[in-house]
Amino acid sequence: MSPALIAALPFLGAVLPALLIRTGRSHAALAAGAVSGLALLGLLLHLPAALAGQVITAKFDWLPWLGLNANFMIDGLGMLFATLILGIGLLIILYARFYLSNQDPVGQFYTYLLLFQGAMVGIVLSDNILLLLIFWELTSLSSFLLIGYWKHLPEGRQGARMALTVTGLGGLSMIAGMLILGNIAGSYDISQILLAKEAIQSSDLYLPALILILGGAFTKSAQFPFHFWLPHAMAAPTPVSAYLHSATMVKAGLFLMARLWPVLAGTPEWFYIVATTGLITMLIAAKIAIFKDDLKALLAFSTVSHLGLVTFLLGLGTKVGAVAAVFHIINHASFKAALFMSAGIVDHEAHTRDLKRLGGLRHLMPITATIATIAALSMAGIPLFNGFLSKEMMLEEAAHTAWLGSPYVVPVLAAIAALFSATYSFRFIAHGFFGPVRDDYPHKPHDPPFGMWASPAFLATLVVLIGVMPITFAGPFVQMAANAVVGGDLHMHPIKHWHGVTPALIISGIAVVGGLILLASFKPLKAAWEATPRPEAKAIFDWIVGACGAAADWITATLHNGSMARYLTLFTIGSVAAGFWAFSGGGLGPETREMLPITPVALVGWVMLVTASASVVAFHHNRILALVLIGIVGLIVSICFIYLSAPDLALTQISVEVVTAVLMLLALNFLPKRTKRGAGPLKHVWHIAIAVVTGLGTGGLIYTLMMRDFAFETMSKYHLVNSHTLGGGDNVVNVILVDFRGYDTYGEVTVLGIAALVIFALTEALLNGASSKKLIAWRPDVPRAGDKHPIMLLVGTRVMMPIALLVGVFIFLRGHNLPGGGFIAGLVVSIALVMQYMASGFAWTQARQKVYYHVLIGLGVLAAGITGIGAWFNGVPFLTSDYGYVKLPGLEKFELATAAGFDLGVFLGVVGSVLLALGGLSRLARRAAVGAEPVHAHIIAEKPEARSPEQPGAFPPETLLPQRWAQARGYTSARQDDADTKPVKAKKTKPTEAEEQ
Amino acid sequence: MEALVASAVGVMTAAGIYLILRMRTFPVVLGMSMLSYAVNIFLFASGRLAVNLPPILDHAGAETQGYTDPIPQALVLTAIVISFGMTAVVVMLALGSFVEAGNDRIDLDEEEAGQ
Repeated sequence: MSPALIAALPFLGAVLPALLIRTGRSHAALAAGAVSGLALLGLLLHLPAALAGQVITAKFDWLPWLGLNANFMIDGLGMLFATLILGIGLLIILYARFYLSNQDPVGQFYTYLLLFQGAMVGIVLSDNILLLLIFWELTSLSSFLLIGYWKHLPEGRQGARMALTVTGLGGLSMIAGMLILGNIAGSYDISQILLAKEAIQSSDLYLPALILILGGAFTKSAQFPFHFWLPHAMAAPTPVSAYLHSATMVKAGLFLMARLWPVLAGTPEWFYIVATTGLITMLIAAKIAIFKDDLKALLAFSTVSHLGLVTFLLGLGTKVGAVAAVFHIINHASFKAALFMSAGIVDHEAHTRDLKRLGGLRHLMPITATIATIAALSMAGIPLFNGFLSKEMMLEEAAHTAWLGSPYVVPVLAAIAALFSATYSFRFIAHGFFGPVRDDYPHKPHDPPFGMWASPAFLATLVVLIGVMPITFAGPFVQMAANAVVGGDLHMHPIKHWHGVTPALIISGIAVVGGLILLASFKPLKAAWEATPRPEAKAIFDWIVGACGAAADWITATLHNGSMARYLTLFTIGSVAAGFWAFSGGGLGPETREMLPITPVALVGWVMLVTASASVVAFHHNRILALVLIGIVGLIVSICFIYLSAPDLALTQISVEVVTAVLMLLALNFLPKRTKRGAGPLKHVWHIAIAVVTGLGTGGLIYTLMMRDFAFETMSKYHLVNSHTLGGGDNVVNVILVDFRGYDTYGEVTVLGIAALVIFALTEALLNGASSKKLIAWRPDVPRAGDKHPIMLLVGTRVMMPIALLVGVFIFLRGHNLPGGGFIAGLVVSIALVMQYMASGFAWTQARQKVYYHVLIGLGVLAAGITGIGAWFNGVPFLTSDYGYVKLPGLEKFELATAAGFDLGVFLGVVGSVLLALGGLSRLARRAAVGAEPVHAHIIAEKPEARSPEQPGAFPPETLLPQRWAQARGYTSARQDDADTKPVKAKKTKPTEAEEQ
Repeated sequence: MEALVASAVGVMTAAGIYLILRMRTFPVVLGMSMLSYAVNIFLFASGRLAVNLPPILDHAGAETQGYTDPIPQALVLTAIVISFGMTAVVVMLALGSFVEAGNDRIDLDEEEAGQ
């Protein structure tokens, strides 16, 4: 199986448990197990090759110009880690099936687990550091989901956040380090980087790169001083802890150090940073672990300590150290996963993990006790268990290591750490499983079903087998991985139990005996421990996070203070300054064009435009007047377009002017008709100054531009030459829109549609939200027109409707060759329809309107898209148009281009968008009008439900009844006398369905 | 002619900038319309000015000297329509905030905001 597929399988399979959970937990677990198993099988098929020292690769170019390639490889190290990840993953999947309860979302669990597994496998099989970084970040994210799996627990959420913050920050630091490393090596492929040892270690950037990369590795592997997140991540369900903290997540940092060991290790910097950190971590975490009462907390700190051990070994930079590191990684994964699962079983059965409340469990759950004891003895470093062998190798190395010239520092510290390690391991056994049976367990414990203890039992068996026969069961594996780490054939000495009486053996003996002594005197020690103050990592972390949050708040509040005028001022000044800076930076050629003569017509237009613009500013307090004045500006702009050879623009501009005016008027219906004076005089002067400078700058810039020829030949020539031959149209602007740059237009119609839908959504929110009541309570602030639907306007628009539609069709059809096209035709038809709404009322028009405007927008985008796709069937790219000439009987021969289909889409999109937008505003107006206007009799006559329920023939007392009309029909009203003269508010608060429509 | 167009662009820009710095929604909407005009003409004018040379081909031939630059026109055409869409959205937002808040102020005063 391709290495890439092995890494991809868990990701692909992650969807299965999420789906299969509907058929039961076992199916979800089976699916997850099948996926992991398949990936493991595919991996192990490469085992013979990997054992023979071969490297299996799969390379895909992804973004080669960035150096980012999806290159995967399986070498010895990757093989070892991937086997651990997938193998222990399988055991965890089995264990979790029995551990999680019915109430837990088990499908999610397996999905997250597989995502995490895929990310981990991706890390260890990547042959490209950028790819590795992607997987690295994915582990941070997916472990966040796993740690916070029990969303109802605050500790779970906090622990997940803390883990994400710490490992995420480390990931950022690592990205920087990796980029430096890749730059030095000249390639981002790991196999290439590993060849560049001299270049990297002699580079000035070696130390920064080293520190940054170690920042990532240390945070991930919970090395001092970043060790604090790991114990807090214990709030996760035990299967997660067992998986993340034995074989995977925290081992990623170790993996990275091992992976880059050939090029980074061997320097004094490496030794002093890595070995020292490892040693300190090993010591401190072991000490804390002794005093933890929570089983999982004890295991968490012991994990940190053992990670420190491996880090220390890698930090030594010796080949034997690397071998020992690899060996201990295997051993630790086996006994620690077993221990976590045992702790989980205890928690599951006894309902507590508190060592103070446990004891005597070996009588009640003998199987679990056996498994846990074997694993814990291995952790303590007792002979015949695998932990002994690798710890012995570590102590042997430590005994020969001098630190800053002193030969005693490292051996003594390592010995103390080993002693502590023995102590907490013994305590785990003694306080948890030995001693008398108690009668106050929160729940009477007994051994769990086989499915639950199968996984830890398997691992415990491995612990013993490797411990007894290391060469048979671990030797080839260790050699394979160690060869890959040190980058060559090691000719490794066989792992042995008996080396004679070596310093390591003596230290081991001291550690075991000392551990037993410390355990015996645990009570006074614990009292002393609790009496000494110690820094609480979580409090410090929370304080730092809080301080960062406060700083961010302060910066945001200072910059982003809620004053829009200020943002716009800063933005304008910034833009002008940037423009000025850019302009002053380059040279300016001489003027090469002659000014066009100024005609009297143009001068008149200019005067009108400038006057209107100035008047808009001067009279903007009077909003209706300002609207009229800005309309003048728009008209002059349209005329300007005609005059300057842009008929299409002129048509578009003038039709947009009309709909904009309607839009603004609808809005002004609600808004105040006058603007209150706002800013003080000083601010006015300041704003005027900004405006004038900006205006001068913009005007000056375009003047300078217009007086010079193009610096380079533009692409317009291509469009002009090919418009007819390729696009089949003579109106070059239209051909550009629907053909040459059709994709742009496609996007623009979509954007327009989205804008209309946004307006629709806003309208809905206003109509249905709390503001609905405000709308109903709203009263017009100016008197309404006496006649809502003047008959002349009504008749005029209805007569004009077919003519306007005809004009629309005409403009649409001629668009390809003469000014016109989908945009303009759409606007013209919209205006025709809007006029119906204005003249006959929203309800009347809407009742005769059979197509929803949403549908129109959708159809428009669809039509444009389908036209574009049609090109594929012709074997040409998206949106390539074709055209031909058609002769229909009775008509002249005319040309038909596929671009017309596209233009039809544009047309429909524009009509739908404009009407949906304006319709939204009118619906608001109607809702408001419900309370504001008297209900006329003829409306009530059409709606019998509005009448009084007691007297079906009668109208409510406040109805306006034209007397003769009522008498002729025999209607009565309580207040006929003054009904015709005074508008009265109807007592309706909620509009009915019919009125809404 | 160029001087007229350039000065008109300048005047409209200045008017637009002044209006968007007001404190109420409606002048801001007006200001944005003014700015749209100015920007559209600016873009259009970057294709240089020409009188009576619309980019409508006559079938006499593919002589490219006799037409003005069509590309800025195509750009501006869609810009006009899109700016209508955006104006409509802004107007709707202004309306919504007016109905919700009961006034049409767009922000706190700088004095208030600073507190």
